[in-house]
Amino acid sequence: MSESNTIPKSLQEAIGTESKKLSNDIEKGAIRRFAEAIEDNNPLYVDENYAKSLGYRNVIAPPTFLRSVQTDPLPDHIKSPYSAVVDGGSVWEYFSPVCAGDIITTITTFENVFDRDGRLGNMIFLIKTTRYTNQLSELVATQTTTSITYEPKKEN
Amino acid sequence: MNQNLYFEDIKEGMEIPTIKKNPTTQQLVKYAGASGDFYQIHYDMDYAKNNGLPGVILHGALKNAFLGQVITDWIGNSGKLKMLEVQYKGMDLPGTPVYAKGIVTDIIDENNINCDLWLETDKGDKTTVGKAIIQLPKK
Repeated sequence: MSESNTIPKSLQEAIGTESKKLSNDIEKGAIRRFAEAIEDNNPLYVDENYAKSLGYRNVIAPPTFLRSVQTDPLPDHIKSPYSAVVDGGSVWEYFSPVCAGDIITTITTFENVFDRDGRLGNMIFLIKTTRYTNQLSELVATQTTTSITYEPKKEN
Repeated sequence: MNQNLYFEDIKEGMEIPTIKKNPTTQQLVKYAGASGDFYQIHYDMDYAKNNGLPGVILHGALKNAFLGQVITDWIGNSGKLKMLEVQYKGMDLPGTPVYAKGIVTDIIDENNINCDLWLETDKGDKTTVGKAIIQLPKK
């Protein structure tokens, strides 16, 4: 197939761009509320003594808790020319637990952009990775997300 | 709480114990608040319908959390979740139970145990699929 020209050159050239760093205090109450919201009653998320008895600094966060941690947005020009977006899923990698009291610094990188033709017409895929680092300079997790963008069909 | 799971306890093809989740509109509001995802399609019925949806729908990231829980409930305190992948295949609506399920697909060694995960409805539709890599201690 011929090379795609639906991806703006400026977007192609933005691959590798990083967001600013953002620091987040990981609060015990925020972990508890998150665990309650997902209805996961694992005591590791709420019982400090129990978590400490297993060697953790404090209660730990559920695997997807970092989704609630703030990240600085990528620059405005890193966006699809298409107006509609669906969540194409994500990949989490975990290296170290996140505990209440931690300070987690986030930084997001624009990893890749490509397009594909499918059910929704031409679709542009934006791939971003957020890296989560704690106060001990340990990389605790990364999340790579895929956003699928397309132009909604006009109804006749 | 579940007992600890060990490497010797598992084999390829074994099923991971299913967990049932009963998402409600109240849960979606709680998740919006806890996660900071305030996209209105998850709690505003009129907004959702005006966007062509049958009603408010579950946050993708909430479904991701369900897939995380089916693994963490199973591996207990000794195992480690190393990788969790999720892809959304269909919408889930509050008021409809979903079952988080999984299977051990490929055991490379105790540090690299591959699993397939999915959310299934009462009708058997897989609305969300995923994968996990876990690590388990030896006895």
